Amino acid sequence: MANRIPRVPVREQDPVTRASNFDEVCYGYNEKEALLEASRCLHCKNPRCVSACPVNVSIPEFIAHVAAGDFAGASAVIARDSSLPAVCGRVCPQETQCEGSCILGVKGEPVAIGKLERFVADWNMANGSQGAVKAPSNGYKVAVVGSGPSGLACASDLAKMGYEVTVFEALHKAGGVLEYGIPEFRLPKEKVVAAEIGSVKALGVKIETDVVVGRTVTVDSLLDNEGFSAVFVGSGAGLPRFMGIPGENLNGVFSANEFLTRNNLMKAYRDDYMTPVYTGHRVVVVGGGNVAMDAARTALRLGAETTIVYRRTEKELPARREEVHHAMEEGITFSMLTNPVEILGDEKGWVRGIRCIRMELGEPDGSGRRSPVPVPGSEFEIEADSVIMALGTSPNPLIARTTHGLETDRRGCIVADGDGVTSRPGVFAGGDAVTGAATVILAMGAGRKAAAAIDRYIKGL
Amino acid sequence: MFEIVSKEMLTPAICRMKVRAPRLAQSALPGQFLIIRPDEHGERIPLTVSDYDREQGTVTIVTQKIGASTSEICSFGEGDSFSDVVGPLGMPSDFTGMTRGELSGQRYIFIAGGVGTAPVYPQVKYLHGMGVPVDVIIGAKNSGLLIYKDEMASVCDHLYICTDDGSEGFHGMVTGLFEKLVLEDGNSYTRAVAIGPMIMMKFASLSAKKLGIPVTVSLNTLMVDGTGMCGACRVTVGGKTRFACVEGPEFDGYEVDFDEAMRRQGMYRTQEHDAEERYEHECKIGRGR
Repeated sequence: MANRIPRVPVREQDPVTRASNFDEVCYGYNEKEALLEASRCLHCKNPRCVSACPVNVSIPEFIAHVAAGDFAGASAVIARDSSLPAVCGRVCPQETQCEGSCILGVKGEPVAIGKLERFVADWNMANGSQGAVKAPSNGYKVAVVGSGPSGLACASDLAKMGYEVTVFEALHKAGGVLEYGIPEFRLPKEKVVAAEIGSVKALGVKIETDVVVGRTVTVDSLLDNEGFSAVFVGSGAGLPRFMGIPGENLNGVFSANEFLTRNNLMKAYRDDYMTPVYTGHRVVVVGGGNVAMDAARTALRLGAETTIVYRRTEKELPARREEVHHAMEEGITFSMLTNPVEILGDEKGWVRGIRCIRMELGEPDGSGRRSPVPVPGSEFEIEADSVIMALGTSPNPLIARTTHGLETDRRGCIVADGDGVTSRPGVFAGGDAVTGAATVILAMGAGRKAAAAIDRYIKGL
Repeated sequence: MFEIVSKEMLTPAICRMKVRAPRLAQSALPGQFLIIRPDEHGERIPLTVSDYDREQGTVTIVTQKIGASTSEICSFGEGDSFSDVVGPLGMPSDFTGMTRGELSGQRYIFIAGGVGTAPVYPQVKYLHGMGVPVDVIIGAKNSGLLIYKDEMASVCDHLYICTDDGSEGFHGMVTGLFEKLVLEDGNSYTRAVAIGPMIMMKFASLSAKKLGIPVTVSLNTLMVDGTGMCGACRVTVGGKTRFACVEGPEFDGYEVDFDEAMRRQGMYRTQEHDAEERYEHECKIGRGR
């Protein structure tokens, strides 16, 4: 059956205007648009979207509530499986998950599941009942390390089961990557992140900031001295990677983590905050993931002419399609099939440019993607005042080093099975600390599975 | 919130505060640092731990007003609270992992410059407690800027003072006094530890190398999170990039590329200057503290 209604476009801030502000780019659907878009869902008997969602949200069911105008009902359906719907509606790579599996996508445009989820979550924050019910305590304490997506998802599920959950956060603010990594224009901090964390706290979850597990306390001391029955480690993938090319320690070379943390967590873009940030006039961002897009679009908003260099082609960019599209609309230059070989400095040790080499795609590598190979003699220079390296991260070794009997793999990731069970009884792990850098929703899925495993462990099942 | 239980000015520009932070006090060791964010709008400022009291649950910090953020810290008073104090961060000094047996036969010399004298104190106190003979050089521009003389005298074997202008003690730089102690006075040391301005640590390391004494330095690099996440603190040590916040802050002074470290320390000088002017202006019009 063909669907006659085209996908309802979402309203966005004008690209020229938004290139110089940090307000949210996407306005989201209003009620009328949401009702129309929801009417497009075919309610497949065997909904492929649900199995493509890492936390298996009952998508057709919530969309049916939206189509019927029952937004509170839709919200309740999503809440069964997701503790951060307003976040996921904004940052999930829907095109490779739920929407990528939507049957409508075969011949046309898939249902805008992400935008509908966001609509429901925003509606609920504005109108919904805020009175999340605290479950009666079952007397067991569980510690969660890290207040990012996996930690929050794990904590919510455990709290709903009656556990007394304390989340330990190393930074001064809860949220992990939602707070330090993803910019305001993509994920508003007060309106969305703080509000969703508020609803996790409403379940009775305690969040203790300024505690670095592995330094301030250890996993061992939480288990042995503080009466926690189990610990979930969701500490994220912390350490920024650099390329190992000459000039990376010049003034004006930053990791995307540093650049984004200064802007997002420390609000350097606002005059009323003291943290400084430097872009200069021309910025080159190295990398092709969401973090590279975020860094480039942040630099642009701070007034810099911005270029993204990536060693493969546009087709291989790992970033969400919407982010790439937005970055292009905003006027960021994409230099594809380009790989840096050296960062060039002036006589005072500041960046003045970056020497790159052209690449071409060769044979497919282990990941099935064609690997880029340098074109001999094709080196050229791009002028730049600063260079931001967005090449991914590796796990922070702090917890593994200070926890007895916790096994890690060659890359330093904590070894855990699909349920988050590690080599140390009572210690569970999930998210980027286990997988290396991935997505918000995969981390949430891991947190939820670990919560179920922790419940089984404590009950001795 | 982290309450300031006591505050005193050691010089007109250097203040000492005891801050209630029980978890931090419980785990802190000599050589480690902490990060303070004074209030919602402030920076995250790394400061070396200058002392800790596990029973009282307090840590001591010593701050010199050198810019807007450090001035802001010093503007807080007894009974006020900082929004955030997190730590201990970084690795403790190597000797904290050594037994009495391993430390026997060692003789340390500490070279302390300016406000860097404060973090030397817990190290000297620790070694003194382990029965290790320790000499200390405290250097400052002039007599009025010397700090921690009495505290240090009570935990070290010999305390030597030097001032750039000769207003107290040895007239000259700490490196001059260090070399004199070894070459002229016949002292021998198994290790030197230099903590102070980057330029002082550079020259102290050169002197130590000349004298054949291993030297440890504590690098006060730029940092944001202090947990290894941002990489702002990267320094070249022995030709390799290291993160001062998680692998340091103490490194082998022979191996540190001090020129690069000094250059990187000045990365935000323009912005810091602007911030300082803004801060002073706001204080004058009464918005600041």
